[in-house]
Amino acid sequence: MKEKKTPLVRLAKRDGMEAWKVWCIRACSVVLALLLGALLIAVTGSNPLTAYGTILSGALGKKTAIRQTVKIAVPLLGCALAIAPCFKMRFWNIGAEGQITAGAIAASYFALFWAGRLPGPVLLPVMGLAGAIAGGIWALIPAFFKAKWNTNETLFTLMMNYIVIGLVRWLQGGPWEGRPGSQIIPQFDPSACLPRVLGVHCGWIIVLVLVVFMHVYMRYTKHGYEIAVIGDSVNTARYAGMNVGHIMMRTLFLSGAISGLVGYIIASGANNTLYDGVAGGVGFTSITVAWLSQLNAFAMVGISLLLAVLSKGAETLQTRMSIPASLSDIITGILLFCMLGCEFFINYRLIFRGKSHKEGVRS
Amino acid sequence: METVCAIELKGITKRFGEVVANDGIDLTLNRGEILSLLGENGSGKTTLMNMLSGIYFPDEGEILVSGEPVSIRSPKDAFANGIGMIHQHYKLVDVFTAAENIALGLEERGRLDIRAVNEKVSAICQRYGFDIDPTQKIYNMSVSQKQTVEIVKVLYRGADILILDEPTAVLTPQETDRLFDVLRNMRADGKAIVIITHKLHEVMALSDKVAVLRKGKYIGAVRTSQTNPQALTDMMVGRSVTLNIDRPRYETPVRRLELKGVTCLDGEGVKRLDNVSFTALGGEILGIAGIAGSGQRELLEAVSGLYPVKEGSITYAPPDGGDMELVGRTPMEIRRSGVVMAFVPEDRLGMGLVGSMGMTGNMMLRSWRKGKSAFVNRKDPNELALKVWKDLEVVVPSTEFPVRRLSGGNVQKVLVGREIATAPSVLMCAYAVRGLDINTSYTIYNLLTEQKMKGAAVIYVGEDLDVLLELCDRILVLCGGQVSGVVDARTATKDQIGLLMTRLGGKEGA
Amino acid sequence: MNFITLFIALIIAAITYGTPLLFGTLGEILTEKSGNLNLGVEGIMFMGGAVGLGGVFYYEKAASSPNGVLAVVIGLVCAFIAGAVASLIFSFLTTTLRANQNVTGLALSIFGTGIGQFIGEYMRVREGGYIAIGNMLKGYFQNSPFPAFLQKIPFIGGILFGNSIFFYLALVLAGVMYWYLNRTRSGLYLRSVGESPATADAAGINVTRYQYLATVIGGGVSAIGGMVYITTIAGCVWNHEGLSGVGWLAVALVIFCMWRPLSAIWGSILFGALMILYLRLVIPFVPTQLYKILPYVVTVIVLIVSSMRNNKEKQPPANLGLSYFREDR
Repeated sequence: MKEKKTPLVRLAKRDGMEAWKVWCIRACSVVLALLLGALLIAVTGSNPLTAYGTILSGALGKKTAIRQTVKIAVPLLGCALAIAPCFKMRFWNIGAEGQITAGAIAASYFALFWAGRLPGPVLLPVMGLAGAIAGGIWALIPAFFKAKWNTNETLFTLMMNYIVIGLVRWLQGGPWEGRPGSQIIPQFDPSACLPRVLGVHCGWIIVLVLVVFMHVYMRYTKHGYEIAVIGDSVNTARYAGMNVGHIMMRTLFLSGAISGLVGYIIASGANNTLYDGVAGGVGFTSITVAWLSQLNAFAMVGISLLLAVLSKGAETLQTRMSIPASLSDIITGILLFCMLGCEFFINYRLIFRGKSHKEGVRS
Repeated sequence: METVCAIELKGITKRFGEVVANDGIDLTLNRGEILSLLGENGSGKTTLMNMLSGIYFPDEGEILVSGEPVSIRSPKDAFANGIGMIHQHYKLVDVFTAAENIALGLEERGRLDIRAVNEKVSAICQRYGFDIDPTQKIYNMSVSQKQTVEIVKVLYRGADILILDEPTAVLTPQETDRLFDVLRNMRADGKAIVIITHKLHEVMALSDKVAVLRKGKYIGAVRTSQTNPQALTDMMVGRSVTLNIDRPRYETPVRRLELKGVTCLDGEGVKRLDNVSFTALGGEILGIAGIAGSGQRELLEAVSGLYPVKEGSITYAPPDGGDMELVGRTPMEIRRSGVVMAFVPEDRLGMGLVGSMGMTGNMMLRSWRKGKSAFVNRKDPNELALKVWKDLEVVVPSTEFPVRRLSGGNVQKVLVGREIATAPSVLMCAYAVRGLDINTSYTIYNLLTEQKMKGAAVIYVGEDLDVLLELCDRILVLCGGQVSGVVDARTATKDQIGLLMTRLGGKEGA
Repeated sequence: MNFITLFIALIIAAITYGTPLLFGTLGEILTEKSGNLNLGVEGIMFMGGAVGLGGVFYYEKAASSPNGVLAVVIGLVCAFIAGAVASLIFSFLTTTLRANQNVTGLALSIFGTGIGQFIGEYMRVREGGYIAIGNMLKGYFQNSPFPAFLQKIPFIGGILFGNSIFFYLALVLAGVMYWYLNRTRSGLYLRSVGESPATADAAGINVTRYQYLATVIGGGVSAIGGMVYITTIAGCVWNHEGLSGVGWLAVALVIFCMWRPLSAIWGSILFGALMILYLRLVIPFVPTQLYKILPYVVTVIVLIVSSMRNNKEKQPPANLGLSYFREDR
């Protein structure tokens, strides 16, 4: 009689699980995702093991393949780093896509119109700086309205993406068009292209420096501390005398600036030109990278590489086994679902009916 | 003819961990009767009533409704037994009309005939004399109107036993009168009503019967007509207990903080502080007594610059001379210009601490801005954390262990330890010992006294009158946002303060 | 006279382009009313487009004499199921497992566009060449269901009666949704879940069930939009280029019409007009490419103005994007 109304399973927040268990659960989720992916491949009539083998060898088998993979990972990682501080203070900036594009536009402006007038060693930093400032301003706009009128930042930043991508389309077909009617912006002058180091444009060095910078910034600086406090409780932050709106705008400017820098790296390093697909979904994928890394800068390196391997490997899969390359998006999606879902088992525990409820004793 | 009780509680006991919130409580309530449940904060009134409304389930004891033993496991069960509770925090959807809120969750299907609901609501309103428009949106309503909606919601579902948890805490005197009229109408209609309160004049004005709880125990029930405020106060606060807190006298107390005619309004336009004036002296502990919600929190927040002051002045006299006006300054300016205030907010985790950080990170909340470097100094906060850890015997595995996971008492120690460590010249504490055991409480009393002997002005908001009387030099009593009296703690009695807490300016309250 | 014919042609084209949007938006409104911000609409519409097209294609292949009405129904059902399954994943992750809605929505976007692309390409590879539906069936998808004489009424005939069946379906759907949200108890309960799940929970409303149902049905409706795009605008051929961005535009439109199904009707026509205006209307000194960003610009302005005016009525559902855990109170 007494048990009748007790639900079969009930939830309780779990505090503090041992680190090894946490990583076990996360590892399990990755394995589960790969198994689901294998199932999918099997359904389409291919051998999952060969397919995974092809993905691995396609992404890491040859030097050129590795370079390609790194090239995919660089913007993902850079952008995830940019998003980390926003998410840490629970500002849901999903406008990285647009901030990348804004940065790429500004960098391209100098690449296209100042290449002859500025020497190479000056031009490249100027492009980078312009990209960072443009990206920063693009992120600052929603932050300003959030700070001032509490405008919903998720929807605002999302809209900002498409506005700036539309601007690129206009530049492509209008003022910056190369050959009339081509709808294409001309290739940059070589002096406006990032030099290669170890066969990959030197963006990877910039991004690795950013990893260290972001780690230090978040963990050891006053700014990082402020961000962490705001993310935990806006009231506590106010109580400690922090100007929340000001910090919000400053952080978003920084975040946008890093995204803008990534835009510069993509335009100048990878594409050597500007087109409307310059961000190509990186801004969205990197949000999941940042979130799944628990905003830890070093974990982002691993996760962005994992996604890059999938993406590059799937291209090989298409050429060798004629499985559509979009398979990589599907497996990425499954991977994200599994990893998002597994956090539940880390943060909550299930209490089954009949077991004693001892968790109430906390004091 | 024997009357059947609407509700009968027999030996109800509820424990939360080690704490016994209700200890073997017996209570009866008849139909057509208003019962006041009287007691100080933390005496277990709300816990007891939550067991009737299905929020908690008693560990021991029996509940009888109309003479039948029942098992109330959820708010739904409570409704099925005709019990409805109006909580202090209203649960209403802002963008809905009153009628829409009232219709919410009723197990009827299909088309929503809002006109029928409106009519039924209007009928209930007319019957009992409520004054609300069913088509008005909640966000356009005053607090008292929202409360009315909650009451109508309960009546709409056919409840004939109503429990109101401190219904007058948010109302103006006029609104209170109106509410009481309505409650009397309901009584005449045969409903059984419980109001949880600690305001004596309301008890006297409204109820037929008073039941008193103290520290989780049932003290007794009396008919209102056979008692008086003095007797009720005695039941509520109990005999004085000797605590033996060391109370040295500071040689030369000096003026440190002076408030003149401070008035504050909340977001709803209700006066939270009304013409408050007093002087706090350096080298003295000024106790602040009062029923919860009498303006204690607002007073402390106003001084620290966190609550907007509408009128009046707050003057600070630093130890090195020169007066300074605090009204109009931001919390940061107040700190920067040399005024050091320590403040233990009531809501510890939501406002004073960062739950996800360890002790070190929380110590930094006071010092993080120091220095020109872009990096935070973790060394000093860490040392402070270690010191607090050792001095206050905080139970924690390391200084990096998230404070959210600590028990309430330990969280409190972290907060108090940090605030005292800033060596303030004005130290304000609200409920610094809430949830602490006796030994730790004494540690904190000693720390406060230590600050006083260093010449700081200590303002201590407390709940336990025994402690206030033994710890403080003077006690200021707040009632409804006004100062109802200032007494010398060395000569005052508990009864004297108890009466000031419930009366304004020595005369019977409105 | 010439101007009027041009204008009428523009409206009809705007309706054609607005119809997929309208489905996407109506579905997302239903979802968001439950407090779930499903940013996976883009992916959901891709899946709806690919699966819907696939369903019709294989039906045509299998049947000896395919029935047009049945083909339309099959397209609708296939798309709906695809969207419902995708939203079920979203609901399971966000409502049951309490994952972050923004991130889950983006993951669904990636996953859904991947699935859509995969199915599209896979069918192409397997069947060789492009997947297309025969002209006979196409008519059922693209032509008006009304008799010719009605369509020939001057001026209004084309606008009122000359559109594809899906536009009229969407109109009915918008009306039904308006009625459901504002006139039924269940609709009231759903809105209360999106505004304040704690209140709804205290009132005995099953928050989880409402969130699941609204999100899954909403996802299914959104997915139909993808199918409509492919079968009407893209000419019954898999075309991911054209479809990309429509889902995001639907999310924008939800804000633009302030979560009101009836406003979504004219909003979708307006957005549809902005999508094709660059082909029809050349204004001096205004580059036509910039027309395409207008929907987003006006959405941003609507968002800003509504937050500045702080009008309580014209706000997102109060609990939008947040997950609910009873013991968090």
